[in-house]
Order: sequence, then structure tokens, then C-alpha cells
Amino acid sequence: MEAQTTTGKFVVPIGPQHPALKEPGHFEFTVDGEIVTGASVRLGFVHRGIEKGAEARNWVQNMYMVERVCGICSHVHATAYALGVEQLAGVTAPPRAQAIRELVAELERVHSHMLWLGVAAHEGGFDTLFMYSWRDRETVMDLLEAICGNRVHYSVNLLGGVKYDIDDKLADQLRKGVDFLEGRCEHYMKVVTTDETFVGRTKNVGKMSKEEAYELGSVGPTARASGVDRDIRIDAPYVSYEQFPVKLITDDAGDLQARFVVRIKELYESFRLIREILDHMPEGELTVKVPRRIPAGEAISRVEAPRGELLYFLKSNGTDIPDRVKIRTPSLCNWSSVVNYAVGHKLADMPMLLAGIDPCFSCNDRSVTIHRGGNVQNDWSWEQLRQYGIAYYR
Amino acid sequence: MDSVWTKTLNQVKTWARINSPWAIHFNSGSCNGCDIEILATLTPRYDVERFGIKLQGSPRHADVLICTGPVTRQAKNRLLRIYEQMPDPKFVIAVGSCGLSGGAFQGCYNITGNINEVIPVDVYVPGCPPRPEAIIYGVAQLLAKLQAPAPAVKEG
Repeated sequence: MEAQTTTGKFVVPIGPQHPALKEPGHFEFTVDGEIVTGASVRLGFVHRGIEKGAEARNWVQNMYMVERVCGICSHVHATAYALGVEQLAGVTAPPRAQAIRELVAELERVHSHMLWLGVAAHEGGFDTLFMYSWRDRETVMDLLEAICGNRVHYSVNLLGGVKYDIDDKLADQLRKGVDFLEGRCEHYMKVVTTDETFVGRTKNVGKMSKEEAYELGSVGPTARASGVDRDIRIDAPYVSYEQFPVKLITDDAGDLQARFVVRIKELYESFRLIREILDHMPEGELTVKVPRRIPAGEAISRVEAPRGELLYFLKSNGTDIPDRVKIRTPSLCNWSSVVNYAVGHKLADMPMLLAGIDPCFSCNDRSVTIHRGGNVQNDWSWEQLRQYGIAYYR
Repeated sequence: MDSVWTKTLNQVKTWARINSPWAIHFNSGSCNGCDIEILATLTPRYDVERFGIKLQGSPRHADVLICTGPVTRQAKNRLLRIYEQMPDPKFVIAVGSCGLSGGAFQGCYNITGNINEVIPVDVYVPGCPPRPEAIIYGVAQLLAKLQAPAPAVKEG
């Protein structure tokens, strides 16, 4: 890592190993004194080739790989994939399975938002809040572990249903945990909106207007904090979101504080939803049979991940191995908004602004675009691409 | 033959090293699962700081490299560079199944396969992801290994 002066500009390179974020990503900030005048991001350090790898595994094996696209939102990836495959196979999971999918998705949202709250506070130098929120997050980790036996990759989904049932004892445990967390969230809401130091670092920082959010294609809480009413759970209800609807939460401020407020309000909404599902859990089977060979066709499934819209495109050629799996993740959609609103702020605000979109690098690194100035050829034949790949990795 | 002076100095060095190993964490392409569990070990419930273990930002201040992920081709050189920047003696803990064998990503075109192929590894912590307790146990194994020249794990 070295700073350099070229054409009178001072560039501060950060990463890929850096103390702020736990994942590798490379940033370059052009600064004029303390003020950032330009920002760029380089991704791809976590590119593992999952989409290509999915073409070498069968439909059932892929379930476990797509779960490992991201460790924070593994359940939504599996849900999106399972919904797509079920759509192709022409089956629907039973209502009880759908409700359990929604329940785990909401618990995952709670875990993800609390994790983010801590990390974002840590970026702002507020380590007390980091420790508090991570201590309380262990409650929801315990609940998830009680449901499925694992803390991070829940593996709740199957093609055509879910693996784990919720009995009365577990439901009581879930209710108790949720009650405790709701009480703690009131404290966080108070800190985020009234703590003077915290408000000083977040209010009117990184403002993004509604128009900009539309233009830059922001998704999830980042967009909702700018007043964009975009939520897949409401726009295109999947699993049992029609039966247990969620209330849309938006904020018009569009600054960093609004992103905190929106996420904490979403936590309340998740708690309400979890209780409602537990009280009105539909009876019935947990799985339906899904054929091993999936009929030929194409399917698109969308779900709302904790970070925004997640899209899966699946193509089957009638065998037990998918023809194509395309994943579009929310973090990648939000990068352009960070690069945009970072300009004009102090360098010291950067970690918090970056954390503001809840970046998830392992979700990001789905694709690599090669763009090397000069004679850029946009259309490559398969043979050219193959030769390029061989030369690149030699 | 070691003089009394070097012998004592080495004893003091080992003592100091065992009492406060500073660690650095690098994600070489894992899914985040291991990383959030490593972070969880620092937070109040698990709290590794009570063993004197501290997560450090710079490789130049670290004794232990806690590495996760199947080492993507993009991250390989960075991992090597971080390892080379660490002062001697240095130790590596590989966390997670994919760092051990490629795990769920085995056969993907952009991964090296495991951390051992890039840098020497002292302790392996299996699991996808390993629980925070397992990560702490892995670190404790490393410390035991430093203390005694004999095998760290007792049979039975």
C-alpha cells in the first residue's frame, strides 16, 4: 500500500487487507487535503466461480453451494434458489414449509441487521455499541441454532420444503428471545437518534436524494432510507409474505442516520412478523416431492435479502444438472451509490459511509468485467474468450 | 551449544509470546461465515481478549495470521504478501472447511484449493463455519504447541 502523487492529485489506496472491513476490497480515494474528490472501488478478490461451479453439480448439491455464496444471508440465497427450482419443476412447497422459510428469513434479517449495527458503529469509532449489539446478537444466534443446529449456514431449505419443524417448546423459546431483543432495540433506537456524538457523525452525512437512489439503482434499506418504496416482500410477495404481510418502512432524510433508523425499524417489523407466524403457524406437511430431473425451462425468482433485492435466474435443460445459474446480489447494486455520495466528504467519514450500505464482498464478486481502455472489443467469440482465459491464468 | 544467556532469553521470549499473541485476520475468499465467527470471538460472550489475544490491523504488528477461505487466485498474491510482511516467528491458523480443502467450493475454477498450498499452516480449524469455541480451541492449541516441543494434543 503506497500513496502516490500523479497529476497533482493525491490518491489514498486502501485494501484489500485493511483494519476496517473484514473482507477484501480495494478502494482508491482521490483527496484534496481532507476532502474526498473522487472514489473508486475494485472488487473481485472473493470471486470463486460459483456460477460456473453450479454447472458441474446437480440441483440438490447446488443448494449447499449457493448457501455459501454469503455467510451472512445464506438462507435467502437458498430460498431464492429453491423457489426457482420449484417453479421449474411445477411444484409448490406446503404452507407450513413456506411459513418456516419466512420465519427463518426474518430471524436472519434480525441477525444481519444487528451485525451491521455493530460493525457500522465500530467504523464510527463507537466500540461500545459494537460490543453491546454483538452481545445481544448472540441471542438470535442461539435461536437459529435451536431451530437448525448451526449458527451460520442454517441449511433449513430443501427443494420442495424445509428440513426442520417448529414445535411448541421451540416457539416459546423464540418468543422469549424476540421479547428480549425488542427491549434492547429500543435502547439502540435511542442511541442512534439522540446520542450527540453519534448523531454528529451520521446526520446529514452521505445524503442521497430519492431521484439519485432511483437513478443509481439502489436497493434494500439503502434505497428505502432515501424514500424509495422498493421491497420485494411487498412488491412481489414470495413464500408466505402474502399471508403474513410486512409493512413498508421508508425514511425521507436519505442520510446515514436514516439508514440506521430504517434498519432498526425493520427489526421491529421482523419481531412482529416472527410473533405473528408463531401464533398462526399453518398445519401440514413439511415437504413435497421434487423430481430429480428438472423439466427444461427458465425461471426467475426474487427475494428480499437483508441488503436488498436478490435475483436468481435458473435455466434447465431437462437433466439433473442446471444449464445456467445467474445470481444478482444486492451489494453490487449499491456500490454506485457509495462511490457517488462519498465525494465531498472527509476521508475520516469513508469507513462509515462504506459501511452504510452494509457491503458484503462475498456476495459482490459474482462477475468480473475486463475493461482495459484503448481498443475495447465488446463482442468476443467463445474461442477468443477461452484463449483469453487460458492466457490470463497461465 | 546454547549458553545460559540464550536459553534464558528464549524462555522469556516464549513466555511473552504465549501470554499475548496478536492476531491478524485475512479473508482470502471465504463466504463471510468464518469471518463473522472470528469477529464473534472478540465480542463479550466469547471474549478472547481475556487470553491476551488481540486482533491487529497491520500485518507488521502480528504474530498469528488467522486466515479463512479457499484462496482465490486474486487474493493469492495478497495473502503471500501479508504473510511475508509479518515479522518472524509467525504462525498461521486456517479456519473453515474451505481453507482446509476447498470445502463447498471444491472444483471451482478460480480457487487454489487450500491455504496450505500457498503458505505453511500450523493449526487447522475445521467446520463450515467452525463455532467460536472451536476457533478459540484452535488458538489454544497453537499456544500449547509453542510451549512444548512435544505434540500439542494428548492422546485419548
